[in-house]
Amino acid sequence: MRITVNGKETFAEEGTSVQELLVQMRLDSRKIAVERNLEIVAKSAYQSTMLEDGDQLEIVHFIGGGQ
Amino acid sequence: MNTIADDDYFEVAGRKFRSRLLVGTGKYKDYQQNADALEASGAEIVTVAVRRVNVTDPDQPMLVDFIDPKKYTYLPNTAGCFTRDDALRTLRLAREAGGWNLVKLEVLGDQKTLYPNMPETIKAAEVLLNEGFEVMVYCSDDPIQAKVLEDMGCCAIMPLGAPIGSGLGIQNPVNIRIIVEQSSVPVLVDAGVGTASDAAIAMELGCDGVLMNTAIAEAKDPIRMARAMKAAVEAGRDAYLAGRMARRKYADPSSPLAGLI
Repeated sequence: MRITVNGKETFAEEGTSVQELLVQMRLDSRKIAVERNLEIVAKSAYQSTMLEDGDQLEIVHFIGGGQ
Repeated sequence: MNTIADDDYFEVAGRKFRSRLLVGTGKYKDYQQNADALEASGAEIVTVAVRRVNVTDPDQPMLVDFIDPKKYTYLPNTAGCFTRDDALRTLRLAREAGGWNLVKLEVLGDQKTLYPNMPETIKAAEVLLNEGFEVMVYCSDDPIQAKVLEDMGCCAIMPLGAPIGSGLGIQNPVNIRIIVEQSSVPVLVDAGVGTASDAAIAMELGCDGVLMNTAIAEAKDPIRMARAMKAAVEAGRDAYLAGRMARRKYADPSSPLAGLI
């Protein structure tokens, strides 16, 4: 199925959870936050949240920034 | 002796901070220089931005590897947001990434001046406060707008001294002073500081703190400037607490006139 991650279209297997996607992308789940179709996915729900075709994901972290 | 008394602190969201200098983490050469400048500044709060992770290169250095979120209070801010909804989205993600509610809201109105858009700022603050965020808020130096934000429940008022990144210093000390006098939550000058004397002026006006980024990051020697800012904030605070002498129109000799030969 097709999903969009940070504006880039990509493929994911059916039945992939948010947790599995993060592992595949080699991202440390403690350092990031995930938004799925404009809704925040709580860290506690990464395991149970299954991706669906057409999902729009934003994965963010803290970077240097001032005002 | 410490220049600042141990019991001198400001409090936001139930947390006490002894350093009245807050620093940004943008515009540095690299994260290491940033971490060194932070150390020299003595700051306890750092502002951070929320941005997309680099999907193609997850091994890039991350801020949290250089600046320990357990040692420093990360203050996520909405720099770069021009609408209420952008700011809300950013801070909801920040809360999830960082796991806590203290945030700095700024909604900008214009690319050229980065001046705050107050109607959008107020709308965003309303939603955030309802959602349980502790909101420190960047605002214009208009005492009426500052009062509106305080009355809504914002935990710190952060008027600009001058436009972000301009280094022009405190352009409207009269308004800053009025905001300080009318506020019962901490008032921190946010933006506009260019050099140490600007920070001292903000503190002499009675502000609870100063937030800066560019003044340190764009100095030729950021680490030395961080140290200068630390000293300036402490000097300004002490001068404010000490209470300055009255201004006189004419000279008043410091040596007694009696016994003059």
